[in-house]
Amino acid sequence: MQEEKGIIQSNEKIAKDTYRMKIAAGMAKDMKPGQFVNIKIDGYMLRRPISISSIEADGFVIVYKVVGDGTLALAKKHAHHTIDVFGPLGSSYPIHENRNEVLLIGGGVGVPPLYELAKQYRVLRKEVHVVLGFNDKDSIFYEQEFKALGCHVVVATMDGSYGVKGTVMDAIQAHAITCDFTYSCGPRPMLKAIEAAYQKGYMSFESRMACGIGACMACVAKDKKEADLYHRICKEGPVFPIGKVEF
Amino acid sequence: MDLHVKLPGLNLKNPIIPASGCFGFGREFAELYDLSLLGGIAIKSATPQKRFGNPTPRVAETPSGMLNAIGLQNPGVDVILEKELPWLAQFDTEIIANVAGASEEEYVEVIEKLNASQVVKAYELNISCPNVKHGGIGLGTTPELAAKVTKMAKAAANKPVYVKLSPNVTNIVEIAKAVEEAGADGLVMINTMMGMRLDLHTGKPILANVTGGLSGPAIKPVAIRMVYQVAQAVNIPIIGVGGITRAEDVLEFLYAGASAVEVGMQNFIDPYCCVKIIEELPKVLETYGVNSLQEAVGRSFK
Repeated sequence: MQEEKGIIQSNEKIAKDTYRMKIAAGMAKDMKPGQFVNIKIDGYMLRRPISISSIEADGFVIVYKVVGDGTLALAKKHAHHTIDVFGPLGSSYPIHENRNEVLLIGGGVGVPPLYELAKQYRVLRKEVHVVLGFNDKDSIFYEQEFKALGCHVVVATMDGSYGVKGTVMDAIQAHAITCDFTYSCGPRPMLKAIEAAYQKGYMSFESRMACGIGACMACVAKDKKEADLYHRICKEGPVFPIGKVEF
Repeated sequence: MDLHVKLPGLNLKNPIIPASGCFGFGREFAELYDLSLLGGIAIKSATPQKRFGNPTPRVAETPSGMLNAIGLQNPGVDVILEKELPWLAQFDTEIIANVAGASEEEYVEVIEKLNASQVVKAYELNISCPNVKHGGIGLGTTPELAAKVTKMAKAAANKPVYVKLSPNVTNIVEIAKAVEEAGADGLVMINTMMGMRLDLHTGKPILANVTGGLSGPAIKPVAIRMVYQVAQAVNIPIIGVGGITRAEDVLEFLYAGASAVEVGMQNFIDPYCCVKIIEELPKVLETYGVNSLQEAVGRSFK
């Protein structure tokens, strides 16, 4: 991990309230899928933890949603400007080379970190099933990007305006996807449903953080089995084996 | 320029100390720089038993600051003694153990255990943490209770005792004087100010604990005012804390009457901030024609 002034190469809207920013930064060489960066936004105090969506030779890509004033300010940043980034932080999605197929399940802004994971599995020529859940058609992003990697992509929308009407679980059922080794990221109810249905794989979590490096104890979660054990989402996480943490 | 500061129990190579609760036990920051560069470290509060702390969300951003309601999460004094303090021994920096408890007896219990550590050079009594329902808030808010816990801590301690004062009081001078009279070797001020934020969608508090402690630049003027008032009323040294982000802020605290400072929230925004402040401090002192730390202390009222 390091602090670096990255250079914004592009910052564009790709769906409702959703933006993609490409940042040129040397720290990209240390990044793994599932990790995050902590971004300083001028005029705001705390850094914003944002997952890494794609790792490239000269930089990385983040896909973020405007949820408040800070992310709105981020959306207004222009190409060629610098951006203060600290990272890469946290744990990553382990790659299981012995598996022939994996199931990636993303909901809303939980989708971005799965993209780099899909890329890496496709480099290994594995079958990658991707199930994406969004609220509506206007919120959908990355369906084509995952397809371009050669993944089998299924989309669900809550309002039924595109793909399967309902949740990612409804989409998995509708398409009879049987692969049971999952990687997931998304809203809490989605993760709850996945945890109830699958035993194998990994989940990543989001949390309100302050330091992002494990010092402040703002983003802790209890262990599911050991009463006195806790985990820091920013340090031991954000990726955990499925069924590891209480949420 | 010589940045050395000598305070009861503390031989600080410079006046910069990361504040308790903002630095854990230093492990995360040791991955970024050599902790021996620091004047000292105020480590995370120790309580007799391990504490998980409050439910999440525990933090919320505010204009020029943040609210936190961590709830004294710590592994308990025994684990701190066995694992954290021996690890910290490798660094050439002064360790200040922050002590908290749900009753006066718990402060004494923690101190009696920590007395055995050669690594701890001084205690800092957290009588001001506003988050724990039966802990800090009661003891730090009246002169009588503050004096009582100070007296008991002093009787138990084999190292100097600093008392970290709460700003959530009507008259901080009164409390500072009571604590001095009870035998405190120094003061640390100020702890966070109690605050609150509401979610615009739900109308409910953002923090699961409802209220939290405000820290950061937002509280610096309050801290400066309180240090200024107390420094003129007591004869024990003051470690200033509240909203320091740069070396200029350190100088302001010295002018107000502090002999050293603690840096809190800024460690979250810039994990290297303490080292940067130490580097910048001589230049800033020079810019303002200050020849030594000593001559700046209390300049505002001298």
